[in-house]
Amino acid sequence: MSLTASPEQTPTGPPESDSGSPARRSARLGDRIFAGAALGAGLLIMVVLAGVFIFLLIQGVPGLSVDPSTYGQGFDNFWSYVAPLLFGTIFISILALIVAVPFALAVALFISHYAPRRLATPVAYVIDLLAAVPSVVYGLWGGRALAQALKPVINWLGDYLNWIPLFKGPASPNGQTALTAALVLGVMILPIITAISREVFAQTPRLNEEAAIGLGATRWEVIRLAVLPYAKSGVIAGIMLGLGRALGETMAVTMVYSSSPKFTLNIIGDTSPQTIAANIANNYSEATPDKQHVLIAAGLVLFAFTFAVNFIARWAIGRGERNLAR
Amino acid sequence: MTALLAPSTLARPRLPRWAPVVVAVAALAVAGLISLLFGWSWIALLVVAGLLYVFALPLWSRVLEGPRAATDRLMTHLVWGSFVVVCVPLLWLLILVVQKGAPVINGHFLTTSMRGVIGSMPGGILHALQGTIVVTLAASIIAVPIGLMTAIYLIEYGRGGRLARVITFLVDVMTGIPSIVAGLFALALLVMFFGPAFRAGIGGAIALALLMIPTVVRSAEEMLRLVPSDLREASYALGVPKWRTIVKVVLPTAIGGIVTGIVLAISRVIGETAPLLVTAGYNDSMNGNLFSGRMTTLPVYIFNQYKTPGATPLGAHAADPPGYARAWGAALVLIVIVMILNIIARIIGKIFAPRY
Repeated sequence: MSLTASPEQTPTGPPESDSGSPARRSARLGDRIFAGAALGAGLLIMVVLAGVFIFLLIQGVPGLSVDPSTYGQGFDNFWSYVAPLLFGTIFISILALIVAVPFALAVALFISHYAPRRLATPVAYVIDLLAAVPSVVYGLWGGRALAQALKPVINWLGDYLNWIPLFKGPASPNGQTALTAALVLGVMILPIITAISREVFAQTPRLNEEAAIGLGATRWEVIRLAVLPYAKSGVIAGIMLGLGRALGETMAVTMVYSSSPKFTLNIIGDTSPQTIAANIANNYSEATPDKQHVLIAAGLVLFAFTFAVNFIARWAIGRGERNLAR
Repeated sequence: MTALLAPSTLARPRLPRWAPVVVAVAALAVAGLISLLFGWSWIALLVVAGLLYVFALPLWSRVLEGPRAATDRLMTHLVWGSFVVVCVPLLWLLILVVQKGAPVINGHFLTTSMRGVIGSMPGGILHALQGTIVVTLAASIIAVPIGLMTAIYLIEYGRGGRLARVITFLVDVMTGIPSIVAGLFALALLVMFFGPAFRAGIGGAIALALLMIPTVVRSAEEMLRLVPSDLREASYALGVPKWRTIVKVVLPTAIGGIVTGIVLAISRVIGETAPLLVTAGYNDSMNGNLFSGRMTTLPVYIFNQYKTPGATPLGAHAADPPGYARAWGAALVLIVIVMILNIIARIIGKIFAPRY
């Protein structure tokens, strides 16, 4: 490109032609077609998203009022069936967050502020690659290797800490428990939270940090006083994205343990809380048409919930940015 | 900051340079003693020694150097410690996949399907590879034009307008769709037209396209935004119509970043399992027809082998059931595909990096 434009003129578009030479006319036709295609693609996205809602509604609403026996033992309507599932989804995801967030933030700080430059770049690259490892591989690892390794830990928890409702037990003999699944989810969402936090940490204004150093702050004080306040909204965004991934994650949970919808805090026993996504994956294959409607309705509930989480996250981020700008 | 002024000398005493080494040796010794007493494994020993080191050195520092330096040391230890802890599961995962998967992979594994394979007979992943390629290609063919044109609309036409804001918001919403919900959508769509038992690859392609579109829009949007408007203006000044400016000037400038984004989007959806499980189902034989019959993809193959591993062969006691071995092998192939796609994306990004 050897073209240069003089800086004074700032046209908003090509010069509007007044006369109708054939070349001009074809140019305008081409413009109209291209603009139409671009607009069409944008509108198509609206249509598709509306379609997602509509099709899930059409196929899901019949699931709200099928014969109670379809839901399974002990559930007399749809809401009593989906409520424990929603509880399980939130519960397991929050456990995963509790595991992942401190480590993710520490690793992000490690990359942005602690590690020597030589080490930081490859570590950041590896963490990015790990975000790309498919969930089914995490599930395989969780169900086979991690479950095996956690057996003694789970037995110990069941023996000595069973006064805590989480570890009420009796401990599952094969290590394939909700606790294992929560750990796998934690490992899965860690790279996401790290990647976003790292970028925000790195964007801290250099001057703020240097001012803190100039006042004699130690490295931790620089981070606490200059970096963390600046990065707060970005970090929250990263955590919310991780939560969104955990809420919708199917395979890591399905492959680690199976359970039925149940309100329980016990995460090391054979009866554990079950998540919506895993419940769908476990039951879709032998589903009768009626059950299919029920599962799609449950999926709709999951969609609505993740939508709400993302919406709140965006609102929080927007508010954080406004506060920062003020 | 009063702590700085408290001592009579200008500088507080500092820990000697050899302090970390001494504490590390002491922590190892104490942990070793405890684990000998209670008969712990070496893993427990390392954990205890690590914990002792992380907290003992700051404690010493607190006595000698004061609380601010001690906090700083403690946080440094915690950050480094977290990094080490995080490396454990990640390295474990990668090493395990290579270790368990590599022995399984051979010419036969890559070139046969599971048709007629019973028990521990050697089976393969060819049908799953074929399904993965067909479904992912179909998904890209749907998603890339829509995503790219939407990005062009957002940057070149709709800039800042109300419609552009709405579309940006909807793309955000799409980013948050859980993959299984995308699968259910495709299922609901197909079931409506073809009856409740319909399963085919096209459903999986629709679901994957739904997951790809927001990623493609996002990355293409970023790249188009980076194209300097000088280039556009220069083109307009020569009387080139807007659409030709976009096709001949804007897109070629941004093409590296756009292709990188597309390849990364593909590498994200190629490992998706849940949406394909509900839409495309599982099949033991080759099926290249997107529109009829169940179609296996690599992730679903892994899941299926994991769920129904078959019986351990007689005589080979303590060996894994054959399904697990096949699952590990397929997992290694899948990870290698994803990594190659990622590396290709980076190389493209480097080669076509805009120079202006």
